[in-house]
Amino acid sequence: MELLVATAIGILTAGGLYLTLRLRTFPVILGISLLTYAVNVFLFASGGLTVGAPPILTDGVETYTDPLPQALVLTAIVISFGMTAVAVMIGLGAFLGSDDDHVDDQPEDDSDRSEGTT
Amino acid sequence: MSHWIAAPIILPAFVAPFIVLAARYHIGVQRVLSVAGVFALIAVACGLAVQASDGTITLYQMGDWAAPFGIVLVADRLSTTMVLLTAVLALFVLLYAIGSGWDNRGRHFHALFQFQLMGIMGAFLTGDLFNLFVFFEVLLIASYGLMIHAGGTARLKAGVQYVLFNLIGSTLFLFALGSIYAETGTLNMADLANRVTLFGAEGTVGIRVAAVLLLLVFAIKAAVVPLHFWLPSSYAEAPAPVAALFAIMTKVGAYAIIRVYTMIFPPDLDATAGLYQLWLMPAALLSLAIGMIGVLAAKKLDRLVAFSIIGSMGMVMISIALFTPAGISAALYYIVHSTLAGAALFLISDLVRTGRRDLNLTPQPAIAGNALTAALFFAGAIAMVGLPPLSGFLGKLLVLDASYDSNLMGWIWLVVLSASLVSIVGFARAGSVVFWKAHSVQTEEDAEAVQAPAALSYAAVGGLIALLLAHTVFAGPVHSYTTRIAAQLFDPMPYISMVVDTPGKLSKPTEGDH
Repeated sequence: MELLVATAIGILTAGGLYLTLRLRTFPVILGISLLTYAVNVFLFASGGLTVGAPPILTDGVETYTDPLPQALVLTAIVISFGMTAVAVMIGLGAFLGSDDDHVDDQPEDDSDRSEGTT
Repeated sequence: MSHWIAAPIILPAFVAPFIVLAARYHIGVQRVLSVAGVFALIAVACGLAVQASDGTITLYQMGDWAAPFGIVLVADRLSTTMVLLTAVLALFVLLYAIGSGWDNRGRHFHALFQFQLMGIMGAFLTGDLFNLFVFFEVLLIASYGLMIHAGGTARLKAGVQYVLFNLIGSTLFLFALGSIYAETGTLNMADLANRVTLFGAEGTVGIRVAAVLLLLVFAIKAAVVPLHFWLPSSYAEAPAPVAALFAIMTKVGAYAIIRVYTMIFPPDLDATAGLYQLWLMPAALLSLAIGMIGVLAAKKLDRLVAFSIIGSMGMVMISIALFTPAGISAALYYIVHSTLAGAALFLISDLVRTGRRDLNLTPQPAIAGNALTAALFFAGAIAMVGLPPLSGFLGKLLVLDASYDSNLMGWIWLVVLSASLVSIVGFARAGSVVFWKAHSVQTEEDAEAVQAPAALSYAAVGGLIALLLAHTVFAGPVHSYTTRIAAQLFDPMPYISMVVDTPGKLSKPTEGDH
């Protein structure tokens, strides 16, 4: 069980990091999504792994799993969904505006840098 | 139990949706509501600061749940000072945004501004690491919206970098929180401080990893080299009032480092031995050096100011990395100074932009209101590079003075003094090109009539400069107060016992046992 969860977190993180380093909007956003999945599983495991035990105190149940990491994961999932949507929209706007989906700054002349103010 | 501590968070949280729902199409009503909200915020912040100034620590238990289980807000000297600083800065930034019309160039500026304030206030007041994460996200979500306010391709491209960098930072934050929870079983700061001391010299590996991860996260927020890459582009491309408000956001990172690493991971703890001397101090020295070299190398005025922010964060971090009461005290004095100076400089560079084609550091025809803008720029530049008589000089003296007992004193003095020289050259070059050489350039025949910035814009910038002057004139009382803040930070027991020992809903015995 521990081995499986640890391997899953490792693979997700490795894949996420690889995609994040691709420096194009779409792979980077995918990579960050993988990283957030990895961190969610990691948070879930941080309270210790218990199989088939309820997180809510009820009468007649002897073993419980730690409820706090589940609450943390819930918050983290909500936030990461919202953030990914924001990243997609801003990335799409930047791509449509400049016809270029590089995340990093491309070398360019200082003279023709579009201002985009006012 | 006083409910006033929650007011700095609740107030913007109510004003913002009200602006969106009720005043959506009326920019005038939005402005009135927003300014009124910020004034109320200043009043509340003043009240809290006065309350905390005698060393009182006020605790607010959300829903009356006791500390390790419930959410708590804690107001001590440090957090109330930061709350007050944020509220005052927000007022001048807002006035500038209204005066220059920036708030009317895209939608929902005022609502996002209030949400941003809510996140910053929450980050300063929370007593719980997970809520620190949540409030970081609240302020980041609002800042994404503000960052791309008014649109434009360059701004969107810089926005993508900013959002993605911060997403990676948030992921790292969650990893840090997960490992802290796995090691200690709690995320409440006061409770953590108690439990961390229970670890012996052995078995500190996990907690050491967590401490370093957390430091990395806060260093990203504070733009410490080598984690500063997100800052120059995003601050330079952001609308000027937004960049000026962002001047407080790097300080949120500095605040979190001060809070967490004086209380939970104090310097004499086994798990964090060497973290400051070995890692934070060199990074801070590098930030100062790279920031100031960036000032010298910048080709545009807004980028120059952005790099000076990195440099001033380096200065703050040097002072924090000393981790002595004198060092923290100097850091706090410098935090107030560099927030005001950085914000003023961003606003001044926008004053320059209104009269020029662009902000390139090339001679161009004189802008409208050249003399006044130049005077403001030189006041801001003198403050930022730390020349006498303004508060940057005093702050730098305090940092140098605090470093006397450190064994890295030679390095600190060398880097601080040479970085000052480099930044003086950088600012002097920029000022002379933008303001003095303008007189030798003929105005083109077909040039459009340059419009002068509104009087309210000048008033806002002038207000910030006046605050800097006050920060200089009252340096004695301010420094003695920051010394008292540092004393409170280095004696965390009252804070911890206040949070952990105050009874709440769970600790009261009830009839029906659960």
